[in-house]
Formats: sequence, C-alpha cells, structure tokens
Amino acid sequence: MSSTIHLVNESLTVPVSWYLLLSVALFAVGTAGALTRRNGISIFLSIEVMLNAANLALVAYSRQLDQRTGQILVFFVLAVAAAEAAVGLALFIAVYRQRRTIDINRINLMRH
Amino acid sequence: MQAIDLLWLVPALPLAGAAVNGALAYGRAPKAAVTAVALGAPLGSLLVAAACIWQYLASGLYPRAVEHVSYAWTAGTLDGLTINVAFLLDPLAAVMLFIVTFVGFLIHVYSVGYMGHDEGYARYFAYLNLFMAAMLTLVLGNNYLVMFVGWEGVGLCSYLLIGFYYDQEFPPYAGKKAFIVNRIGDFAFLIGMFALVARFGTLDFLPIFHRLAAQPALGTAAYAGGLSFAAFVGLCFFIGAVGKSAQIPLYVWLPDAMAGPTPVSALIHAATMVTAGVYMAVRSNVIYQLTPGVSLLVAVIGTATALLAATIGMAQNDIKKVLAYSTVSQLGYMFMAVGVGAYSAALFHVLTHAFFKALLFLGSGSVIHAMGGEQDMQKMGGLKKRLPVTYRTFLVGSFALAGIPVFAGFFSKDEILAAAAASGMPLHWLFWGVGWITAGLTAFYMFRAVHLTFDGTFRGTHEQEHHLHESPPVMTVPLIVLAVGAVISGWVEIPLLRGGNWFHRFMEPVVATTAAIRDGATGKGEVGTPTEALLIVLSVGIAFAGILFARSIYGGAAGAQRGMAFEERWPTLHRLLANKWYVDELYDAIVVRPLHGLSWVFYRVVDMLVIDGSIRAGAAVTRASGDLGSLTTTGNVRNYALYFFLGVLVLFWWIAR
Repeated sequence: MSSTIHLVNESLTVPVSWYLLLSVALFAVGTAGALTRRNGISIFLSIEVMLNAANLALVAYSRQLDQRTGQILVFFVLAVAAAEAAVGLALFIAVYRQRRTIDINRINLMRH
Repeated sequence: MQAIDLLWLVPALPLAGAAVNGALAYGRAPKAAVTAVALGAPLGSLLVAAACIWQYLASGLYPRAVEHVSYAWTAGTLDGLTINVAFLLDPLAAVMLFIVTFVGFLIHVYSVGYMGHDEGYARYFAYLNLFMAAMLTLVLGNNYLVMFVGWEGVGLCSYLLIGFYYDQEFPPYAGKKAFIVNRIGDFAFLIGMFALVARFGTLDFLPIFHRLAAQPALGTAAYAGGLSFAAFVGLCFFIGAVGKSAQIPLYVWLPDAMAGPTPVSALIHAATMVTAGVYMAVRSNVIYQLTPGVSLLVAVIGTATALLAATIGMAQNDIKKVLAYSTVSQLGYMFMAVGVGAYSAALFHVLTHAFFKALLFLGSGSVIHAMGGEQDMQKMGGLKKRLPVTYRTFLVGSFALAGIPVFAGFFSKDEILAAAAASGMPLHWLFWGVGWITAGLTAFYMFRAVHLTFDGTFRGTHEQEHHLHESPPVMTVPLIVLAVGAVISGWVEIPLLRGGNWFHRFMEPVVATTAAIRDGATGKGEVGTPTEALLIVLSVGIAFAGILFARSIYGGAAGAQRGMAFEERWPTLHRLLANKWYVDELYDAIVVRPLHGLSWVFYRVVDMLVIDGSIRAGAAVTRASGDLGSLTTTGNVRNYALYFFLGVLVLFWWIAR
C-alpha cells in the first residue's frame, strides 16, 4: 500500500507512518537509555525521551484520524511528565544527601 | 416378686463389687473392707442364682425357658434390629450359672489366702469380680450380642489378670498374647453375628433357633464360599470358640497364661472362661445339627487338640504347665463331643472338669505357696507328708481327671467316648480311638505330676524345705469342697442304670434334635448295652494302665531319677514334647516375623520415605522456588527497570494476540 497521501493541492506531505517510525525509534532509544545508564539524571532524561516519543505518536495519529483528541492528550502527558520529573529529582536529592552518590548501582539497599 | 425377676443381680453384683474395689485399690483401704466386698459380691450372686434356679425347677417353669428383659437397649434406634439386655434361664444357662457362681465363689475365698500378702490385693479382686460379671453376662444373655459383650469382657479380664504381675517382664507379654490370639476368634464370631442379623434381623437365641429348625434347607443351600448358611455361621462361631477355648491352632496363649496368679488359672483358664466356647457351641446346637460338615471339623479339631496337648503335657516340668495342657486336652474332648452331636455330654464334661481342674489348679497353688513360689516339679518331692490335705485333695482331682470310676471324670469322659463310638459320623471310630489313647496319656501325665510333686524325697533347697507348710483353712476348705464336687458331680449321669442319665434328660429341652432335622450324621446314636459296657471296661483299663505305668517310673523314693533316665531314653521325642512341638517357634516364623517385616516396610518405606518424603519434597519445592524468585531482588534498580520493560513487552504481545 502506498505510504504517501495525495492532497488536493498536490503539495508534498510527510507520510504519517514516518512519524510513527520516528516515535518507535525514539522510544527504543529512550528505553535503552533508561535500562543502561548509570547516572540517575541520565535515566530521567531517557524517560523524558520515551514520554516524548509517545507524544509524537499521539500527534501523528491525531493528524491521521483528523481528531483533536490526541493533541489534547499530549498536554496531559506533558503535565504528567513534568510532575514526575520534579518528584523524581526530589527523590534523588534526598538519596544524594544520604549516600553522596546518584550512581544507581550503588543504591542497592534492597538487595537480597 | 419372684426370684427370677432378680436375675439381673447375678451379673450386676460382681460388677458393683469390681467398681468398689477398683476405687479402693487406689487408696489405703483396710484389707477387711476389700475382702468383704470381694467375697460379698460373688456370694450374693451365688445366693440369687441359687434362688433363681430353685424357683425355676420347683415352680414348674422347667422345661420351658424363662426370659427376662432388663433393659431395652436399641429400642427404636436401629431400624428393625431390636437388641435388649435380657437374660435367659433354661437348663443350659442353669448349669453354667451354677458352675460359675459356685466354683467362682470358692476360688474367691481361696484367693483371700493365696493373695493375702500381695500389694495389688484390691486390684486383684476388682479384676476377679469384673471377670465374674462378664462371665455371668456371657452365660445368661438371651442373645448373641449380650453374650459377645460377656465374651469380650472375659477376654479383657483374662488379659488384666494374666498380666497382673506387671512389674515382671513376661506376664504382660503373656497377657497381650492371650488377648491378641483371642481377637482372631472374636473377629470370626462377629462375622457370624453379622450373617445372622442379615438373615434373621435379630440376634435373639430362641427366634433364631426356631427359624433355623423350621428351615433345614439353610443347612444345604449354598450361601457363601460353597458353604451353606448354617455351615458358614457355624464355622465362624467355631473359629471364635477355637480362640476362646484354646483349640488348634489358637491354643498357644493358654500355657503362657500360667504367668497369672494360680487362682486366676483355676477360675479363668480351667473352669469358666475357656469353657465359654463350649457353652456357645452347645447353645448354638441347632446350627451345628444342620451342618454335618462343620460338625465333623469340630470333632476333628477337638480330637486332635486333645491328643496333641496330652503329649505335650507328658514332658512338662512346671506343674502349672502340665495342668494348662491338660485343660487344652480336656477342652478338646468337649469339642469332640460337640462335633459328634453329644451336646449334653460336652456340657457334662464342662461341669465335672470345672470341679476337678479347679481343684487341681488350686492344689498346685497350695503347693507353690508352700514352696515359696517354686513351680518346677523337679525341685519338689515328698510333699505328701508336709501337705496332707493338699495331697489328698490333689489325688482326688487326679483320679477324677484320669477317669477312674466313682469319680466325676469317669462318667463324663466315658459318655463322650461312648457318644463318639455310637455316632454315625465318618471317622467316629478314629475319634473314639484317639480319645481312648489320650485318656491313657492323661492318666499317665497326671500321675507323673503327682509322683514327682508328692512322692519320693524332697529335691529343693534347705530354705524351701523349712518353709514348707500346709495351707491355711481359707485355702484348704475350698479344696475339700471342690474335692467333694469332683466326686459327686459325676453322679448326675450314671449310665446303664435304669433311672440314670438324669443330666442328659435334664438338658433335653435345649439339645434335643428337632423334629425337622433328620437324624443324620450328627445324631447321637445308641450303642447296645454290651458294647457300652465293653467301652467302659476299656476306658477304665487304659486309665489304670496309665496310672500304674506312671507309678512304675516315677513312683517311690527313686522316682525322680528313674524318671529322668526314662526321659533320656528318647531324647529327640522328649525334646519335641518338652518344647511343645515347636509350635510357638513355627508361628513366630510364619506369622510374627513376616508381620514385623511388613511393619518395618510400612514404617521405614511407606511412612518415613514416601509420606514424610512427599511432605518434605513439597516444602523443598516451595523453598527452592522461593530461592529462585529471590534471585530477582538484586537491589539493582536497573534490573527492576528491565523487568518493567519486559512486562511491557508481554503486555504488547498480549494485546496484539
């Protein structure tokens, strides 16, 4: 099936599937980062990337389905992301005060 | 109020006596109180029983049977099956009642002397009274279940009294052996009762016997395992009797039961409990009349037991063992009589045997008492001068056992042998022959015992010789009374004379061949008078032969040495007999050891390995999976993030499915 959408005025358009692919790629990158980074802040960065990948997917579908709902949801996601980052950073500050490090390999009191 | 209404007191009084003395056994009650209760209860039973029997005979109730319901046991609780605690008084019950109460009372009196110095005096009398209660329940019950309650009760008391000296090693073991071997018979007895309930819906004697007599086909139509109904029930009950009355193959408990106090051996293992099987068979004679096959088996086992036990008794040195095997042998005679259909003859022998065997046991108790506890005849000798009353009564008992005329045993044993000879059963001449030979052996082993114990020179220690004394009157008077009984109890059945056979005629309402049952193989036939006279001569002859032979070997001053030389002439045979034909060892090998092995398998393999093992395996699996699971708690946050991620993948897969 053709990945291009021809509009009436024949101007060139980016196919929606490309946006989705980018979203997936971003998500994968974010996941890989979240799983492998040592520094806590880096993990948060990666999580932000994952959230934005989701935002991108939402917007792409909103465009394809010609509905505003996806775009409204993006705002929710953004707000949640911000709140979560704030809480997480607060946690890390507390941990740092205790352990003088935010290397997550060293924060392992829950070890068996 | 008639005396018969008080019949329930007969078993109830000793029961109460047992309860009182049982309680007193825990305190420090004065011996007089214990004795009063212990003697009062059986005396009360005796008096009530005498009154009841007197009324039964004098006021025309005989020959009918009298039933008295004391308690409606299962009224309305078991659908259809009505069992009452009810008592029956008929000729058979009257005879047994007389034996148990009279001989029982005498033995209680004797025990006051014999057990006077024992720590467990009150406990002993509690058990002995309990035994009387159970035995009286057994003989007075009007249905099989009440009889069975008594049956089990006497088994319990036998166990308690055999193991009376529980601080020694052997008596408790002997008590266990008695109870366990008995149990085998009891199991068969129960099966028989179940069959009766299934067929007749009742366990009461009179209805069952009437219905059986009205349907002789019950003796022929196949019922179970190729046997007819009557044969099946008869066989089950007979197996019960084999256990209780110590016949082949379940007699092995009785010689070991001699570990109990001697009056116990006299009462339980001679006069009363062991005769319960004979009583049961005579009571159930209708069943046995219907099944010649099982009756033949009864006669065969009885005869074989009589012979086997007599052979063993010839080589025993413990005086009580001689008497124990003698009891087994005489019980064999009783079953021989039952087998050939001479039920009243069997009961007659129960009567005479109760007197002379109790006498012999009590006499041996007197000897043992004088010997300070020694029971080995090889260490006795010459006691007749020191124990004159004991000696003379013992002699009376021995003559009675040997079957010398005038004494009781002659009449009863002769009647059994005559019945065997007259019977229409196959092999009946074999029964007579074996019985005849056994009579000779009986006379021999008994007088061997008499000579070794009372004649010759004393072979014990000096202390024992010093201690020798005749027993006090509380012990010798019962001996004398029993001796009188051992003479005159036979006179109720004098054969051949015109007015004789009184006992047989007395018993007729109970044991007469019912009209509907053909006078077949179990019918008691008649021999002509000349034949019976010949048989009498032969019996008396072999009895005298046995006595004289024993005297020739064991009599006189040098009897013991001559005896030992004689026994050494046949070492193998003597060893076989002295070791009871190694039957106990045989049972040990084929029954006890395999059971131990099986028990070991069940314990080590099935219980410890399999059952405990599977529980432990379950616990181990849980623990291992727990250990496995705890591997995930690394404390490493990145691992946890990985788990999130994996979970998300699973979710994706699940949604996309």
